[in-house]
Amino acid sequence: MTPLLQVTGITRTYGARIGCRDVSFDLYPGEVMGIVGESGSGKSTLLNCLAGHQRPDSGQVVFDTRADGPRDTVAMSEPERRMLGRTDWAFVHQHARDGLRMGVSAGGNIGERLMAVGARHYGDIRGQATDWLGRVEIDTARIDDRPAAFSGGMQQRLQIARNLVTGPRLVFMDEPTGGLDVSVQARLLDLVRGLVRQMGLSALIVTHDLAVVRLLADRLMVMKDGNVVETGLTDQVLDDPQHGYTQLLVSSVLQV
Amino acid sequence: MMRPGGDRVGDDRTEAAVTDPAYNFAYLDEQTKRMIRRAILKGLAVPGYQVPFASREMPMPYGWGTGGVQVTAATLTPDDTLKVIDQGADDTTNAVSIRKFFQKTAGVAVTERTADATVIQTRHRIPEHPLTEDQILVYQVPIPEPLRFLEPRETETRKMHALQDYGLMHVKLYEDIAQNGAIAKSYAYPVKVSGRYVMDPSPIPKFDNPKLDMPAIQLFGAGREQRIYAVPPYTPVVSLDFEDFPFDPSKADHACDLCGADTSYLDEVIVDDAGGRMFVCSDTDFCGERRDAGHRGAMSPPDAAVQA
Repeated sequence: MTPLLQVTGITRTYGARIGCRDVSFDLYPGEVMGIVGESGSGKSTLLNCLAGHQRPDSGQVVFDTRADGPRDTVAMSEPERRMLGRTDWAFVHQHARDGLRMGVSAGGNIGERLMAVGARHYGDIRGQATDWLGRVEIDTARIDDRPAAFSGGMQQRLQIARNLVTGPRLVFMDEPTGGLDVSVQARLLDLVRGLVRQMGLSALIVTHDLAVVRLLADRLMVMKDGNVVETGLTDQVLDDPQHGYTQLLVSSVLQV
Repeated sequence: MMRPGGDRVGDDRTEAAVTDPAYNFAYLDEQTKRMIRRAILKGLAVPGYQVPFASREMPMPYGWGTGGVQVTAATLTPDDTLKVIDQGADDTTNAVSIRKFFQKTAGVAVTERTADATVIQTRHRIPEHPLTEDQILVYQVPIPEPLRFLEPRETETRKMHALQDYGLMHVKLYEDIAQNGAIAKSYAYPVKVSGRYVMDPSPIPKFDNPKLDMPAIQLFGAGREQRIYAVPPYTPVVSLDFEDFPFDPSKADHACDLCGADTSYLDEVIVDDAGGRMFVCSDTDFCGERRDAGHRGAMSPPDAAVQA
C-alpha cells in the first residue's frame, strides 16, 4: 500500500534555535497518528511545515494526490498547495477563532470551502451546510447565526464541520481540545473518533494531552526539544515507555 | 510654445485652442502622462488586473475623481471631445468642475451629447446611449479592490487575485441571500473579467453591469488608492451569482416621468412634503434627447408650457 503521507528529514530552524530536526515518518490511509510533547518541543512547527503553512529548511513531504500520485508538497507551486489545502487537506486550529470567519454565519463558514472549489448552487450549498451542522451536533436552526454567538465547544465543532465538508483525506489537528472543559472535550473526541472512522480519514493530531491520543491515535510520536525521541503503537508507548522523557510524560498525568 | 518652466506643450496644435498658457496640455507634465499611459496599456493587456501607478496630487480633494482626472488627462488629445457625467448628470458640481478644468488646461471641445463625445469621464454610471469603438469611457473609482471589505490586508488580497482564490467573494453573496433572501448588493456589483480577475466595476448600479461588455475602451482610475485597471473592447464581463439565484440587473419598476422611457435607469425624486415623488432618467442627456424627439412622460408639462 502507498503511504498517504511520506515525511523525510523535515528540519526547521529559527536562526540558531531548532524548531524541529530531521523528522521522518509514513502515514497510511485511514491511520491516525498522534504527536505529543511538552510546550516548545516543536510539535506545532512540525505540523505547520507538513500542512504548508511554513516552509521547512530541508526535507520532503510527499503526499499521494488523487490526480498525479505521490508529489512533494514542499516543491509544489503555491496555487497547487492552496488547492490541496481546500480539497484533500483540512486544518483544525487550536483556537476556533483562527479557523473560522467570525463575521460570517455558520452556514457561510461551512459553505466557504465548497464555493472555493466551484460550488455555485445556493440550495445545494445550504443543504450540505445543514447536513454538516447535524453531523457535528449543532442545532440546524442556528445556521444563520454567527460563530461569535456560539459556545467554545460549538465553535470547535463548527470548525471541524467547515473543514470536513469537502471530504478531505488528511486532517491536521493542532490541539483540537485545548481550552475546552472536560465534558465538552469528551463529546468532541467522541465526535471526531466517529467521523474519522466513518469517513476513513487519516489524521495527524498534535496535543499535549495523553488522553486524547489514547482515545484517537493508532500510532504515537513523542517529541522533545525538536527531536523525535520515541515512536510506536499508542498503547505500546503509553503502557511501556522506553525513553526517559516519555516515562516522565506518562507518569506526570494526574490520576483522579 | 514654451512654458516659463521650459516644458514643451504636448502638441503644437494646442496653440490654436484657448488654453491657459501657465499649464501644460491637460495639466499633467508629459513624463507623468507617459507613466499613466504605460499603466493604462498594462491594464488593457491584463483585463481586470489592478496596475499600481504613481498617482499625483491633483487640484481637487481625494474622492472627487482624482484617479479619473489623471486617466482622462493622459488619454486626451487636442482633437478630442470631452463629456463628463456625475451619476448620469452633466450638470452637477463634480461634472461641471471637471469639465471646466479640462476646458481651461487642455482647451478641448466639450459636449453633453454622448454620441458626440470621444472621451467620457463618468462617476457611477454608464450612459444609456450605446457606446462605439471610437469612444473611451473613464471611470472614477473610490475603492478598486473588490475584496477589500472581506479581507483587509492588501498583501493577502493581491495573493488571492494571483491565485484566483475567489471563494470568499461568493461567501459574501451567500450571506446576502441567507440574511435577505436575495443578493442585496445593488451597486459596485462584483464581476469576473475575461474569466480571470474579479473586478469592482466602481459604484455603478448593477443595472449597468450587462453594458460592461461593450465596443468602447473602459479605463478605471483610483487616485487615492493609486490603481488603474481596464476592460478592453468586447471583453466578456460576467456578474457573479448563484445558479439558483441568477444575477438580476434591476431598476425601479417605473417609466421616466419626463420622457416616458421604460428601459433607462431612474432616479427617485421627492417633490413635496406630502410623499409626492417622481421617477426621472438619471442620464440627463438621454432624457433630454428623448424629450427633444417628442417623447413625453406622465408628469411632463403640457407641450404649450414647454414652448412658452
